[in-house]
Amino acid sequence: MASGTQHVTEQLDQVIVRFAGDSGDGMQLTGDRFTTSSALLGNDMSTFPDFPAEIRAPAGTLNGVSAFQVHISDHDILTPGDSPNVLVAMNPAALRANIDLMAKGTILLVNSDAFDERNLTKAGYGTNPLTDGSLSPYTVYEVPMTSITQEVCKEAGVKPRDAERSKNFFALGLVSWLYTRPIEPTINWITERFAAKPQVVEANTRAFRAGYDFGETAELFESNYEIRPATFEKGEYVQVTGNQALAWGLIAASRLAGLPIFLGSYPITPASDILHELSRRKEFGIRTFQAEDEIAGIGAALGASFGGAIGVTTTSGPGLDLKSEAIGLAINLELPLVIVDVQRGGPSTGLPTKTEQADLLHAMYGRHGEAPLPILAPKTPSDCFAAAIEATRLAVKYRTPVIVLSDGYLANGAEPWRLPDLDTFEPIDPGFASEPNHVDDEGNPAFWPYVRDPETLARPWAPPGLPGLEHRIGGLEKADGSGNVSYEGVNHERMVHLRRDKIAGIASDIPLAEVNDETGDAQLLLVSWGSTYAAVAAGVKRVRARGMKAAHVHLRHLNPLPSNLGEVLGRYAQILVPEINLGQLSRILRAEYLVDAQTMSKMQGVPFRVGEIEAAITAMLGGKS
Amino acid sequence: MSESNGATATAVPVTARKDWSSDQEVRWCPGCGDYSILAAVQMLMPELGVRRENTVFLSGIGCAARFPYYMNTYGMHSIHGRAPAIATGLATTRPDLDVWVISGDGDALSIGGNHLIHALRRNVRLNILMFNNQIYGLTKGQYSPTSEVAKVTKSTPFGSVDTPFNPVSLALGAEATFVARTHDMDRAHMQETFRRAHQHNGAAFVEVLQNCNVFNDGAFEKITSRDARASMLIPLQHGQPIVFGAEGSERGVIQRADGSLEIVSVADVGLDALLVHDEARDDPGLAFALSRLAHGPYEPTPIGVFRAVERPEYGTQMSEQITDAQAKRGLGDVAALLRSGSSWTVD
Ligand code: SF4
Repeated sequence: MASGTQHVTEQLDQVIVRFAGDSGDGMQLTGDRFTTSSALLGNDMSTFPDFPAEIRAPAGTLNGVSAFQVHISDHDILTPGDSPNVLVAMNPAALRANIDLMAKGTILLVNSDAFDERNLTKAGYGTNPLTDGSLSPYTVYEVPMTSITQEVCKEAGVKPRDAERSKNFFALGLVSWLYTRPIEPTINWITERFAAKPQVVEANTRAFRAGYDFGETAELFESNYEIRPATFEKGEYVQVTGNQALAWGLIAASRLAGLPIFLGSYPITPASDILHELSRRKEFGIRTFQAEDEIAGIGAALGASFGGAIGVTTTSGPGLDLKSEAIGLAINLELPLVIVDVQRGGPSTGLPTKTEQADLLHAMYGRHGEAPLPILAPKTPSDCFAAAIEATRLAVKYRTPVIVLSDGYLANGAEPWRLPDLDTFEPIDPGFASEPNHVDDEGNPAFWPYVRDPETLARPWAPPGLPGLEHRIGGLEKADGSGNVSYEGVNHERMVHLRRDKIAGIASDIPLAEVNDETGDAQLLLVSWGSTYAAVAAGVKRVRARGMKAAHVHLRHLNPLPSNLGEVLGRYAQILVPEINLGQLSRILRAEYLVDAQTMSKMQGVPFRVGEIEAAITAMLGGKS
Repeated sequence: MSESNGATATAVPVTARKDWSSDQEVRWCPGCGDYSILAAVQMLMPELGVRRENTVFLSGIGCAARFPYYMNTYGMHSIHGRAPAIATGLATTRPDLDVWVISGDGDALSIGGNHLIHALRRNVRLNILMFNNQIYGLTKGQYSPTSEVAKVTKSTPFGSVDTPFNPVSLALGAEATFVARTHDMDRAHMQETFRRAHQHNGAAFVEVLQNCNVFNDGAFEKITSRDARASMLIPLQHGQPIVFGAEGSERGVIQRADGSLEIVSVADVGLDALLVHDEARDDPGLAFALSRLAHGPYEPTPIGVFRAVERPEYGTQMSEQITDAQAKRGLGDVAALLRSGSSWTVD
């Protein structure tokens, strides 16, 4: 990977690259490959795929622009970065849609072949930005990516139209050279991935090499850059997305419980990848059921839970709406069920491919009647693994549906993950009922489905198959103990209280809230939940570097909340809750603890930038940003 | 899970009706047709050679949906229309169980129509009994998706303008592999039909004509009353000419040149001209035509098994994919799974 003699290789501690093109241009793939080769080099990294809801919006238009941002560094990073250092723009629309993200002096690598009259018009440019001087604040490299790709592919007998499709690999090759990424992993990957189509392997490989060589030989660039490996804790690492980690976590949970998984799901963005991943893994005894609708997805999962499996359903907001009725049934039946909501922008169809955290109150209260259930949220893509295990543990132990609130950003974002020691996870005991637990009026042994464990208040789980334990359960209110239908008012109130107390009692079974307060005397506490963790943690780090004091507490469990949270919140004069919603967690905190939790809201389909958090903290502390 | 429950190795205990009846007081209106269906099922169970602990009755919402409470088996009274979906999850993960879905015309054809048709097309091993009383009973008398046009109810004071579903036609159109019809006035016929449904390896759909004596009394009287039966019910028997009516005035079904069916007097055409019922025909066309013979429960109506064909069962195939994957790849290894992409080591 030596760079050409005429180039100096400079050291950088980090770089943020944004690949942007038409949704048909393969930008997600390109970004993903760049990420993988960086991960293999030992950099820390964090990614942010940002793509349109349409599979192929009209080519060349702003609506069709798909982007992938990756942040790589030689030190510990948490977010995909606020503002890119390099924008790769495959066409005018990609440039126009992303230019506002770019600071002065940053690099634009543009595919000059695409800047023709037609594309410029489609992108809404009156004049060509490459020639009208409007890009003068930036360092612009014009590279004829399409034509060089076609040229090198021609020798391999690939038709120009087909060759054109390999231009993203040219871009990848060029950026790989610019940041001294190794080329072998990508070439191997191309060979494997397109094994069935040798022509495509040839075209992509040639394009990729051409891009790399272009950097080396074109004398366009004065230098290229190296980002040293980050210092990671010892261990084995993989690159993982949230959806992948979540699927794997469910598989691990199934092993820990010794129970098979039944996934009932209906395709929905951005959750479908969990269905895809689990569908591939049949050797783990997983049954995946692509249902006729969202309701059937959860219904079938609940039926499987009744039968003694771990019922799981995965969805996004619109699907959660439809599942509400069945969630209520699961709460009433008191059966284990894991519900994964990969949140996206709403209401209604909203922003299918953009992230949001606005389903928290829905998860809390989105059912008729008093219908509490545990809610937890992973904080990073890799944390989805442990969150899935924790959700399964609570579901099984307390015989309850549990909602996992992931989001679009976690689902598609990737980061390096140090593989956990699987032995550190506690086994999950299904604790199936094995014998009658009651004596009837005639002195015969009987089974009562609602006799509760005095400690957890959980009822027995008795899947069909054992003689003497036959019982009927249903959505009607039931008498405590016997489970027989009961419309009696006092009993109903007792059952409402029991269902509430069972969930509230989980607070003693989850970790206490841990505050990160370096000096112990901060006045301001930031509260994060779910994917806001990364930006908040990074923002707090930054203000501390500037000598300000801010504390941070992250909430993984949203219901019940950690038992010491009230005390923690009470210690701080100011509380700031950044959320990708209008203030749903802060509303809960205010209601629960009567504290003045301030909301910091952002609803643009993207995560907070670290700079935004930094500025908000600075403002609250009365400083200048 | 108790998929390989040790107890199943021993002989099935001899049981009687009382063993299958729960201790719950049955709370349908006196005179409701549901009572006779419940009795037919409870009396049939000891004959099926099955175990109570491996039997599950699952229902949605409606009068019929109370059924599981009265069966001394495992059971679930779920939510409106969703029973086929819930049962699909149960039956596919627990192939050792006999899963019965008890539903009504509102539950199965209105709010749960989608789940019903998909369970049928997938051919999940379920016995789906749909009690059709052509009315909403539990909510006190609104018209249902099987109510006749012009029906006057509380929600249709000027008469219903909805064209009703024909449940048998619907099931056939939904690719069902077993479709039958019976009625609440004939225990022997119900039991025979339920027995056949139970034997079927796949989704079995049975429409049970059921009298709601409170909100739609006598809806089927013209065809199911003791006096009317002989001349108004057309018993379908596999391999037999389709014939009905009292001796001396028998009528039968013939197929016209254009494929449509017609009811004729046997004396006019002779026995040999009659259509021979073939429930195992791959093409559901004839079964469909039979389902269209009557335009409502006032014309001669076929009962019995319309269609019974073999097609791979859904849960079995699901299980086979798992067994195949495990044979090829071994039992999954979680540690290896986590390394299935590229991994790297930091020392
Ligand atoms: S309302 Fe009709 S169907 Fe319901 S229990 Fe009464 S008689 Fe039976």
